[in-house]
Amino acid sequence: MEALKQELKENIIEQLNLEDMSVEDIADDDMLFGDGLALDSIDALELIVMLDKNYGIKLTDPKEGRTIFESINTMAAYITEHRSK
Amino acid sequence: MKKVYINSISSITAQKTFDNSEFLDKLIIHENQVVFAVEPNYKDYIPPAAARRMAKGIKMGVVASKMALQEANLEQVDAIITGTGMGCLRDSEKFLSAIIDNNEQFLTPTSFIQSTHNTVGGQVALELQCKGYNFTYVHGSNSFESGLLDAKMQLELDEAQNILVGGVDELGDHTTKLNKIIHHIKDEKISSMEILNSKTKGTVFGEGANFFVLSNKKQAFSYAEILSVKLFNTLDHTELNEIALSFLNDNHLSVEDIDTVVLGNNGDVEFDSHYYQLTSGIFKNTQQVCYKHLIGEFNTASPFGLWVASKILKNQTVPGALKKNDLATSSFKYILLYNMYRGENHSFILLKSC
Repeated sequence: MEALKQELKENIIEQLNLEDMSVEDIADDDMLFGDGLALDSIDALELIVMLDKNYGIKLTDPKEGRTIFESINTMAAYITEHRSK
Repeated sequence: MKKVYINSISSITAQKTFDNSEFLDKLIIHENQVVFAVEPNYKDYIPPAAARRMAKGIKMGVVASKMALQEANLEQVDAIITGTGMGCLRDSEKFLSAIIDNNEQFLTPTSFIQSTHNTVGGQVALELQCKGYNFTYVHGSNSFESGLLDAKMQLELDEAQNILVGGVDELGDHTTKLNKIIHHIKDEKISSMEILNSKTKGTVFGEGANFFVLSNKKQAFSYAEILSVKLFNTLDHTELNEIALSFLNDNHLSVEDIDTVVLGNNGDVEFDSHYYQLTSGIFKNTQQVCYKHLIGEFNTASPFGLWVASKILKNQTVPGALKKNDLATSSFKYILLYNMYRGENHSFILLKSC
């Protein structure tokens, strides 16, 4: 699980061009949207594609994203349970 | 009709031109087939959250725009007009490569959103919160000049008082490879100072952003008055002297009135003969200035020629590195600019000191 969290942080920084951030700057329970990393709706689309491409998870209900993308912890837990690759 | 003035200029190119207090004082001599822009510190101009999705071309365009507004002492303009030949090339390449690499699956939105030709104009408007006229011209090496003509007509008719006009293009790795294959880029590396005398095909490619605030209100700090802009998609290069004479005649000027002619020579032995028609013809006794050897060729390199001409008229001096011939001029009143790329999209711009 810890390796997955590290991988997620690295991918988020790279995919979302968070140029001034490092893995150490993102805590496992930081809010990804809103007050935390302040990601936006375009970032949400990038994360949905990342889930599909890297872990074989297709999100069909957009409402699911709200809870899945709450933090690195929630993302890692969801991926661990649902990944097909 | 009102007169049109260049009230501010800004430039980001392969020379350190973003420091507008200098006029090519310290040259960077490149020796390559492509030359990349020397970048200012973008963080001084763009908030990190906004900058993270911007490719180099967008950053160059947004920063050059802000620099031009700063110099014109303006916080807002009535219109934003952008010229670009290739648009946001890096994001276009990224998006198209992703389509191929991922077998048309897993396409992400960011590079697609940012890949359009009018992204720079849009981002400039967002940064300035400018809700006025916003137009992007895409027309090869006449992209900027098309925008310039649009701005000039609006200002002449007083439909707008201050317009931000600029040109921007960025280098993309894949497009560079393609241009090497078709020999539009030279096969060999060449020094900036040898390009103008090159005897080989192709040119050195570059990138950059050059923006101007044009106004129908003359200021104490104005650079020049734009007298006329004329564009040709195609023309017979053997008739260039007659066409240039006719252009001057339309503006009630003769060859002798022109103090300096600013030319878009790029060292391509196949096409620099167009310029030679003029430099060995009606302008053989006129001071000749070139600029693309310092910044490379790109569809919107020509606004750097306008930057150069504006500087000459304001400073009343020509840096040695720009001189194509040894003729000297003691004072500068009228400057004619002529540009084209690969025998197409020709433009004449006529400036007067003010």
